[in-house]
Amino acid sequence: MTVHAFTDPVFDAQKVFRAAMNVLSRPGTLVPLEADVRPPAPLSLEIAALALAFADHETPIWLDAALTSVSYVGEYLKFHTGAPITPHPVEAAFALVSEPALCPSLTSFTAGTADYPDRSTTIFVQTDTLRSSRSFTLRGPGISGTAALRADPLPPAFPREWAANRALFPRGVDMLFAADGWIAGLPRSTELSEA
Amino acid sequence: MNETATASGYNFAYLDEQTKRMIRRAILKAIAIPGYQVPFASREMPMPYGWGTGGVQVTAAVLGPDDTLKVIDQGSDDTTNAVSIRKFFERTAGVKTTTKTTDASVIQTRHRVPEEKLRADQILVYQVPIPEPLRFLEPRETETRQLHALAEYGLMHVKLYEDIARHGRIATTYAYPVEVAGRYVMDPSPVPKFDNPKIGDCAALQLYGAGREKRIYAVPPHTKVKSLDFEDHPFRVQTFREPCALCAAEDVYLDEVVLDDRGGRMFVCSDTDYCEQRRTDGHRGKMLGKVPLGGEAA
Repeated sequence: MTVHAFTDPVFDAQKVFRAAMNVLSRPGTLVPLEADVRPPAPLSLEIAALALAFADHETPIWLDAALTSVSYVGEYLKFHTGAPITPHPVEAAFALVSEPALCPSLTSFTAGTADYPDRSTTIFVQTDTLRSSRSFTLRGPGISGTAALRADPLPPAFPREWAANRALFPRGVDMLFAADGWIAGLPRSTELSEA
Repeated sequence: MNETATASGYNFAYLDEQTKRMIRRAILKAIAIPGYQVPFASREMPMPYGWGTGGVQVTAAVLGPDDTLKVIDQGSDDTTNAVSIRKFFERTAGVKTTTKTTDASVIQTRHRVPEEKLRADQILVYQVPIPEPLRFLEPRETETRQLHALAEYGLMHVKLYEDIARHGRIATTYAYPVEVAGRYVMDPSPVPKFDNPKIGDCAALQLYGAGREKRIYAVPPHTKVKSLDFEDHPFRVQTFREPCALCAAEDVYLDEVVLDDRGGRMFVCSDTDYCEQRRTDGHRGKMLGKVPLGGEAA
């Protein structure tokens, strides 16, 4: 199997960006991610597409243990985006997580500063499904009334971790979840509670 | 799409891909932190600062080949700024353009929010001259940044209070400061305060681009946006004594048009598309000529 990045870099990146923009501006909403990429396993198509659309030499990428264990993944990302791979989550502009259950605490990433809350990590998380029966209720900007997040599995102690992240606002990390060609967004402005 | 008119030698929508990526990252942060001004590496555009370089860069980063673009300048589709930006994207991106608010997927605007209620599948891109609402109260960027970090907006309330002390009311009529999602105070760009209520709980995503000042900020859909005021001096929008002279619309923002040097004047819709649509639908203001639009004339 040969791996490849976007076959149409300009329009694939634009489509992936619009999908990411839509899910972050409407937390919980599922949006399909269309892009012609073939990344090396275990990097998933969706996470690869997001990294290719947003990362470049200005944005260090952190990879979780499963992605680090296969050297092709880091090489693929470095070759196609020019982004440095960092072993330190706190230095990462983007964090790529393929095994959410083993994701380090959200506080290991950078939440930005009070002056520059935008200098924070955006975490792309590969999940098994975005349509799990286990649902969290979302409230906040971008949501009319309430919305639901049904991503599964989630990082450990997620509701508590997210509440701590929300409490940092306007500092904090933002997350995008992906599964089966779909993505959902969770910006730091969203309040999450168990349904 | 007019393929033949598309200029060759440029990337789609003029900007190079690295620039678009940088702007797109800023847009994601802006959405995640509603009302916070994200610094970005604004590029030189083939038009002067003040002509919408911030809005143009945001539009260029957002635009795809399937989008339909509308550009308005003070509510009008046919003024120089609107026409030239529309042509710019026709030539560099080959996208469809329209003057109809309902047909557009991306609307770039200078100083107005369309009268037509926006939908969830639309994006409103504002051109912003001075993004910092506190700039005329505190000229130092280092200080205003700290004031935002501490959510210390007393200065702004003092300014509004001084308005009341001097004029008996809050005299700010455009670029009226708003508090977004209960946190950041934001300059909604120089839209008339009449438009402020449309910014809150809007179904469409709203993006703000300031090219010279190198800032991007955003209001996500359905976000609480509160115009600053006092309990005893609540926020009020402008009202007009008479309806639009051409389409008889009420509850819209009107422009004053001077007709002669003897005090003659008329008030017409500032949103030209809205006004034309109403006239096509048969609404007639008192100064509308006898030949109606829409080819009904015999």
